[in-house]
Amino acid sequence: MPDSPALTAHAVSKRFGGLVAVNDISFALAENEVLGLIGPNGSGKTTMMNLISGALRPSAGEIRLYGEDIAGIGASRIARKGVARTFQLVRMLPGLTVLENVTAGGVFGHARRWGQELNDYAHALLQRVGLPNAGDVAMTALTYIDQKRVELARALAGDPKVLLLDEWLAGLNPTELKTGIALIEQLRAEGRTIIIVEHVMHAIRSLCDRCIVMSSGAKIAEGTPRDVLADAEVIRAYLGTADA
Amino acid sequence: MDIIIIGLLLGATYALMAMGLQLQYGVARIMNLANGEMLIAGAFGTFWFYTASNASPFYALIGVIPLAFAVNWAIYRVLIVPLVRRARNQGQLEVDCILATFGLSFILVGILLAVFGGEYLSYSYLARPIFILGEPYGLNRVAAFIGSLVLCLGLYLWLHRTRPGLALRAVSVNPAAAGLVSINVTRASALAFALGGAVTAAGGVLLSMFLTFDASLGVVFTLKALIIVILGGVSDIRGAILAAFILGLAETTVASLVDPGLTLAAAYLLFMAILLVRPEGLLGRRSS
Amino acid sequence: MTSEAQAAAPVPVTKSTGHRLGITGREWRNLAIAAVLFALAAVVPLVGSGYVQSIAISIAIYTALATSWMLFSGPTNYISLATAAFFGSGMYIVAGGLDLAPYPVLVLLAGVAGALFAAVVGLATLRISGVYFVIFSLGLAELVRQIITWLQHVLGTMSGLYVYVDRSEEMFFWQLLALTAVVYLVGWWIGRSRLGFALRIIGNDELVAVHCGINTARAKVILFVISSTFAAIAGALVAPRWSYVEPTIAFSPFLSFQVVIMALLGGVHRLWGPLLGVIPFTLLWELISANFPAQTTLLLGAAFLLIVYFIPNGVVGLIEDALRQRGEWLKSLRLLLVRRSRDA
Repeated sequence: MPDSPALTAHAVSKRFGGLVAVNDISFALAENEVLGLIGPNGSGKTTMMNLISGALRPSAGEIRLYGEDIAGIGASRIARKGVARTFQLVRMLPGLTVLENVTAGGVFGHARRWGQELNDYAHALLQRVGLPNAGDVAMTALTYIDQKRVELARALAGDPKVLLLDEWLAGLNPTELKTGIALIEQLRAEGRTIIIVEHVMHAIRSLCDRCIVMSSGAKIAEGTPRDVLADAEVIRAYLGTADA
Repeated sequence: MDIIIIGLLLGATYALMAMGLQLQYGVARIMNLANGEMLIAGAFGTFWFYTASNASPFYALIGVIPLAFAVNWAIYRVLIVPLVRRARNQGQLEVDCILATFGLSFILVGILLAVFGGEYLSYSYLARPIFILGEPYGLNRVAAFIGSLVLCLGLYLWLHRTRPGLALRAVSVNPAAAGLVSINVTRASALAFALGGAVTAAGGVLLSMFLTFDASLGVVFTLKALIIVILGGVSDIRGAILAAFILGLAETTVASLVDPGLTLAAAYLLFMAILLVRPEGLLGRRSS
Repeated sequence: MTSEAQAAAPVPVTKSTGHRLGITGREWRNLAIAAVLFALAAVVPLVGSGYVQSIAISIAIYTALATSWMLFSGPTNYISLATAAFFGSGMYIVAGGLDLAPYPVLVLLAGVAGALFAAVVGLATLRISGVYFVIFSLGLAELVRQIITWLQHVLGTMSGLYVYVDRSEEMFFWQLLALTAVVYLVGWWIGRSRLGFALRIIGNDELVAVHCGINTARAKVILFVISSTFAAIAGALVAPRWSYVEPTIAFSPFLSFQVVIMALLGGVHRLWGPLLGVIPFTLLWELISANFPAQTTLLLGAAFLLIVYFIPNGVVGLIEDALRQRGEWLKSLRLLLVRRSRDA
């Protein structure tokens, strides 16, 4: 592991009243690494993403971006420091055009553009996610999958250093999945650090350098996708015990 | 000492009023800016009843409650349901409801003005002192206090001990999930809205026993009820009751120590305190 | 790794050049049209009768107020019901300060006070959900009224104040027209700025907005301050025309209500939208208040509901729908003609 990680979590916890959604999670993520966050539904993956992106404030622990503590400083400041995300259920800006949905991510975020430069950049991003001619279309006219593409373009518009993808590949058909995986690989090749939450194990295997498995808020395994997916405790977390 | 007792006496009526709004906002999820006008309408109705018949204003409850229930049921069916159908999301519904009920509040004020005129009204009922801990208090205040307590308790028991009450509480927690267990959410919401309106009007009946009011006073009560509900936490009826007494005390304190004309300032001070310290309400759970 | 080394990381981060868009030809054209319209409007009081002048002044007041209301509430969907609080405060600063300072200074002071007041209210309420803001704004005018009444009581002054400033009707109109022009210019500037874009994003989805890096609280407070400053200045400009100011008049909830209703009637997603609501509504209101003076509240409420239910997108929405239909009609006509000529 390199001496200066891009993102570290140290003993991060999040409690909602009596419920511990994220329990004492620690990890370190090297620059340019792709980390998979997996686990059964309700295991706290999305909460963890919300803690990193600043949508939620951790109850305890530290999250550091290039050494700087970003826990609880607020989502907008975290976004400006170079963390971008997509949402598990797409959140679009329905009153704006597709192009504006993308530019929204590039005006106030990490890298800032404006005017023609921003529009050109957003057009290029739309092309990249596979929607070359959708700029002037109303957001509501797009299919769910296309909305997901726009959301990724929006996340990329601020040129983030760390990208959080929450089930971005879910719902894609096999061909789309292939393009999607290739796209994430490209993003990594550009030097971005990526965390993906995903149930598509095929994607986890081909994309991730490392996986963290969560169950009931706690980290139960960490390692390469191959090792982790063979781990007995992980199988039990997903499928239950044999005598259950 | 008398500040505390007057504050408590006032607080009970506020609690009733806030429970009415809570049914509308917490269960039916309608931000009703015409709530205070419903209260004033109850007060006007009582005034009319009392001056016409000279019978106890408590009997006015028998007419006011069903009437307000019917009117609010109709308001929900005619005005609110189309908005619910039209809304593309919760935010738009909220904005539409705020606008529609704001317009409605002016209509109600207009009707009250047309029927009763713009004068300040009050009537004299049980206007004799009763001694509590050696100090005299208006017997009408005490009567209104007891009436409010009885109604609050009844409503609380109804919500917690009956099937329709359970349905309403279920909708308030999660309308979508309530629909899944075959609760008719539209019906339950209409019921909550109508009941809320009836309870608010009943609050008006009781307040009219010791208060001078005019047609334009509604907005002040809307605001007080909203502040109580926020202070108490939107989904918690016990919080609202506690908050109502806090507001009653705060208001009485400001009125007797500074100036009786500044009651709203007390409410706003409380509001500011909540906004800055506990936006989720007194007993509310900190949400995500 | 040092921070310099991080900056040299392979991430292709382009820092903003921050250059601004020049004004396009189309924008110059619109500005020119607006300038001509304002010039035409400025002539109205010179040619019209006293009655026309008074209606023109009403229209100017409400255009300034409804447009500045729309600057904040239009894109964000945060309904402000507090116009009267700022308008009345502006009025009272003029009414109460005339013995102490010259009138123009007081107008400026009203603007500053309105801005500060809005900043305090905005900082307290706009960081949390929109509902709290609406509730807070609902009683704000009443709160200020109570406080001023109490202050007058404590200071032992009269509750009503006379405001004498020598101004002709034409001058009142021109002052308000100038204010309206400033509102439009500021609105136009916001509309093409990042701030305006930020507000549109906030109005669509506030959670997305923060994740785009927008400091949502700041953007909202800035716009609320701008909007309220205009309302306070409008109050300061109108005070001398009313010549007598007292708390119940200055902080009337009617004003807040009328501003909202006019803006909604016109449409809140175009800068010129409120104007299209102000003109018909002011004329209609003249008729109503002349013929049914006792029923104004009731009719105002009814008009409001009619607009909310039947013209939810305002006159602008109706116009845009009509244009769209005409466009589609023309398109199908053209297709038909092309097909005809091909067949022939």
